[in-house]
Amino acid sequence: MTLELSPDHAEVISLLHPLDAGLEPAIASLHARLARDAQLTHTLDIAYRIVDSPLGKLLLAATDRGIVRVAFELEDHDAVLQLLANTVSPRILQAPARLDDAARELDEYFKGTRTEFGLTLDFRLSRGFRLNVLRHLPRIPYGSTASYAQVAQAAGSPNAVRAVGTACATNPLPLIVPCHRVVKSDGNFGGYLGGSEAKRALLRLEAAA
Amino acid sequence: MKPGQMVNKKPFEAVVREQGPTVLRVCRAILGVHDADDAWSDTFLAALQAYPALPSEANVEAWLVTIAHRKCIDHVRAGTRRALPVDHPPEQSSSLGIPGDGHEELLDALAGLPPKQRQAVAYHYLGGLPYKDVAALLGGTAEAARRAGADGVKSLRSALTIHQSLAHTSSKGDI
Repeated sequence: MTLELSPDHAEVISLLHPLDAGLEPAIASLHARLARDAQLTHTLDIAYRIVDSPLGKLLLAATDRGIVRVAFELEDHDAVLQLLANTVSPRILQAPARLDDAARELDEYFKGTRTEFGLTLDFRLSRGFRLNVLRHLPRIPYGSTASYAQVAQAAGSPNAVRAVGTACATNPLPLIVPCHRVVKSDGNFGGYLGGSEAKRALLRLEAAA
Repeated sequence: MKPGQMVNKKPFEAVVREQGPTVLRVCRAILGVHDADDAWSDTFLAALQAYPALPSEANVEAWLVTIAHRKCIDHVRAGTRRALPVDHPPEQSSSLGIPGDGHEELLDALAGLPPKQRQAVAYHYLGGLPYKDVAALLGGTAEAARRAGADGVKSLRSALTIHQSLAHTSSKGDI
């Protein structure tokens, strides 16, 4: 930004510096108030929250229709938020309360006390065959796995094994939509958005519970 | 960012994080600490509402300062308490500044300025607006806005110098 700086600019700024007293805590509480007001007035299109998990920090994002995105740290949360801004709406705020249920259910899942999610999901980031695949995945029971070929068959396109792989690799709702339960026919794990270590850990968790 | 480049609009969260402090400083300078919170909230709620329609190459800081300007005027018009020199400073402001840090003195000095001077100082020095944009908000010419800003700074300096507690050594402060 071009600004014709007055010669005494820096000095005036320091003269005004006492205005910064208590600025940070004030901004924090104003941010919380904005998130609340925005929800009440339906001005917020996407609320998000970052939660800790055994697989690292997870980004949870919701629209008014439901949970729209779960992202691993590996995916770069800033990049994920930017993509949501580009594709859904830039009216995005960190508004943790909206994701209380999702955070609690994921927490229970990681503790091994939850085997199914009861969350409302917004599938707007997926379409066509990929969406079809994602809708089939919750039918693979907790603690078991299916091959990419089996999922292709179940989704009605037995030849679309590769496309099933793509659908899993681009799943916007990992964990909740259990793409980690889809493995290679030869028993190998196959790739995973959160890294193959994460996939292994999830399958181990579900096998142990 | 290069002009003509397709710019994606940031998530509004990033806007709040980057511009929140600037807008709060501006509101504090115009209204005082207490009413500044309400003006900040009104500003960002209105901005969130209008954000999708903002051209992606727009100067977000200037846009927010413009909204804050209008919201501050609304507050003054609505007859909410104005930042005027008060005999008994409200209790809550004591928690906002360490006593003796010049916080109260500065707020009093700002409240003592004529509105145009206070606005010119706030929008130019705190909000980063060039004087031609300040003039667009306040009416009049850029030169008049520059004079209002300079006069405002001069009055602030002398008010704060009289308040001897501020050990402000400035080569230009000998008014």
